[in-house]
Amino acid sequence: MENNSNFETRKPPVATTGILGWCRQHLFSNWINSFITLLVIYFLYQLIPWFLDWSVFSADFWTNYKGELIVDRTFCSRVADPEGDHGACWAIIIVRFYQFMYGFYPSEQVWRVNLTYFLLVVALLPLLIEKIPGRKHLIKFTIAFPIVAFILLYGGFGFQIIPTNKWGGLLVTLVLGVFGIAIAFPLGILLALGRRSQLPVISMFCTLFIEFIRGVPLITLLFFGMVMLPLFLPEGLNLDGLVRVLVAVTLFQAAYMAEVIRGGLQAIPRGQYEAAQSVGLSYWQMNRKIILPQAIRISIPSIVNTSIGLFKDTTLVIIIGLLDLLGIGRGALADATWMGLSNEVYVFVALVFFIFTFSMSRYSLYLEKKLKTGINMGAD
Amino acid sequence: MQNNLFQDQKFRGILYQTLVVGFFALGLYFVINTTAYNLEKRNIATGFGFLNNPAGFDISFSPFLDFKSTDTHLKVYFVGVLNTLLVSFCGCIAATILGFIVGIIRLSSNWLLSRIAYIYVEFTRNTPLLLQIILWYAILIQLPRIKQAPQIWETFYISNRGLFGPKPIFLDGSNIVILSLVLGFIISFFIARWAKKRQDTTGQQFPTFTTNLSIIVFLPLVVFFIMGSPITLEYPVLKGFNFKGGAVIRPEFIAMFLALSIYTAAFISETVRSGILSVTKGQREASGALGLKKNWIMRLIIIPQALRVIVPPLTSQYLNLTKNSSLGIAVGYADLVHGFGGISLNQTGQAIECMAITMATYLLISLTISFFMNIYNRSIQFKEK
Repeated sequence: MENNSNFETRKPPVATTGILGWCRQHLFSNWINSFITLLVIYFLYQLIPWFLDWSVFSADFWTNYKGELIVDRTFCSRVADPEGDHGACWAIIIVRFYQFMYGFYPSEQVWRVNLTYFLLVVALLPLLIEKIPGRKHLIKFTIAFPIVAFILLYGGFGFQIIPTNKWGGLLVTLVLGVFGIAIAFPLGILLALGRRSQLPVISMFCTLFIEFIRGVPLITLLFFGMVMLPLFLPEGLNLDGLVRVLVAVTLFQAAYMAEVIRGGLQAIPRGQYEAAQSVGLSYWQMNRKIILPQAIRISIPSIVNTSIGLFKDTTLVIIIGLLDLLGIGRGALADATWMGLSNEVYVFVALVFFIFTFSMSRYSLYLEKKLKTGINMGAD
Repeated sequence: MQNNLFQDQKFRGILYQTLVVGFFALGLYFVINTTAYNLEKRNIATGFGFLNNPAGFDISFSPFLDFKSTDTHLKVYFVGVLNTLLVSFCGCIAATILGFIVGIIRLSSNWLLSRIAYIYVEFTRNTPLLLQIILWYAILIQLPRIKQAPQIWETFYISNRGLFGPKPIFLDGSNIVILSLVLGFIISFFIARWAKKRQDTTGQQFPTFTTNLSIIVFLPLVVFFIMGSPITLEYPVLKGFNFKGGAVIRPEFIAMFLALSIYTAAFISETVRSGILSVTKGQREASGALGLKKNWIMRLIIIPQALRVIVPPLTSQYLNLTKNSSLGIAVGYADLVHGFGGISLNQTGQAIECMAITMATYLLISLTISFFMNIYNRSIQFKEK
């Protein structure tokens, strides 16, 4: 330091530091880039104010431009005054919000749904936060959650029974997504273990099942559950529509989950198997205590990704007539009182899905980063 | 003795497998029995005889086969397969092009541009495809009616009933023009091979692209004029409430095509991005040190190496797109699931046969795509010498 004291410390040139330097580097590095930047800014300048205007500033929420309460489409500003400059009419969402959330679930029983949502958050906590106090006990609750949720939502044990054809909206979307993932996960583990099994018949069965499911579209499996399953079952055994769909969705998800977990299993070095066997662990002990905890840890980001895929795919149930979030939206549009407001409905449904899937994908990214650092630390 | 037998791993393996096969056979026997009983009770015929019965419904979109309501269910099947293949093929090509462009844009040094690509990717990946298909369809049928359809050069008309455009009419001698086009492709293939071989051995370059492009364009053009213009265009003309003549692309197809390609392109762009990022920095610097131009570095050094990483996930994206084309049922696009697995099934009631054929067809298509993509994958993998 002392040696340098007679040198004057020069600051770096202005053009490479600060906001100006950043802009120069990232937006105006050469004339093509500058041109593109200006073009993009121009488009954004056109698009963003227009969208904000449509969705917020000129939009109707509870009342229209005359200040009247909106009860059907004819009150919407853009229907009542087509010449005027009016934006979206969100009243369709506001008026039907209950349907969008719960379908036709009786309103005096709706606390059960809300309680289930709350318990879902509690059940997810030990999975999301590793250092939560009392994690071991919470995990037990997480495992029991599907049963608790089923009793709460459907009924029995003193609760009034609400048949599934009354369910709808976000409730059906979440039921299909959460139950589908929760049942498919253990099934996928078994399938993955089966596919890697030393026993040729079992490995063949699992491989055939996985490849068959992965080779056909989900919609054909849903049709299978709707039109073929009743033919396969003996008379009198009428499965509920939602259950049939859930069977199809779960089998579909299990096949994809199995492949993801198989990837994790393949990444476990041979030495782990050999070490476990040499300590005298049985096949199931080895997998439960040594192999699976490591394999699942590696494959969690991919598991979350396939779960996002499943969550989006639950919308397919509208094709066979179930009313999930999108189905309720389409139902509202088919109703003469709200016809023609498709943009509002679809934007709203897209937004709800986006909130769920985007937060899931952020979470998977966070896990991926955490895992990477964990592995690096191990290597060092 | 028995105790020992159970501790024998081999014996246990055989026992478990026998049990699995036994349970499976038992289950199968049970299912077949109940199904036969159920079918008999509901008076549903079995077998594939229904395929030859007339369908009795119309299909609005059948660009390859001429379909009438008196045609058989078998023809419904073929129309469905062709429609599925058509939208999947067009979708795969468009998704690949768009996906590569977006993937490269995401790595662009222009911050604003790469942010916009990022927003596009996140929004399309995180909303359901079915919603996007329905949304595109809803937008397309909000277009002006046929009477007020905006036009481009009095040739193309954009309306809520589809995109109308000219239709080529093939007169006598048009075969020769088409043949010359095929010939052009064959010649350019051999020129490309010869040019590559020469460059490999002598290092001399040959303007392959321009030569081949001119062969493919000019050869058929010259033949076209020699034969006296045997291909003419038939323009759509507004008559009453609809267009007469010309060709039309229905909004169902456009909605499917746009949604499938835009949705899949978002996924492809991510694999392209990770593929390009997987090429080490040294490769770029070394090629820069050799004095290669910037776009040459991309084309000759980065992309060929990135392809090795990109192609396997690309294959599964193609498979996904093909399977997702079954969502056409939501907007009434007459693909395999909508036409054969939907309407035919409902009319004949032969659920098992229709679903089995539909599923088998999808399996066959999936296997074919992975077969060809595996061949391509093997051809671009690094060959160790």
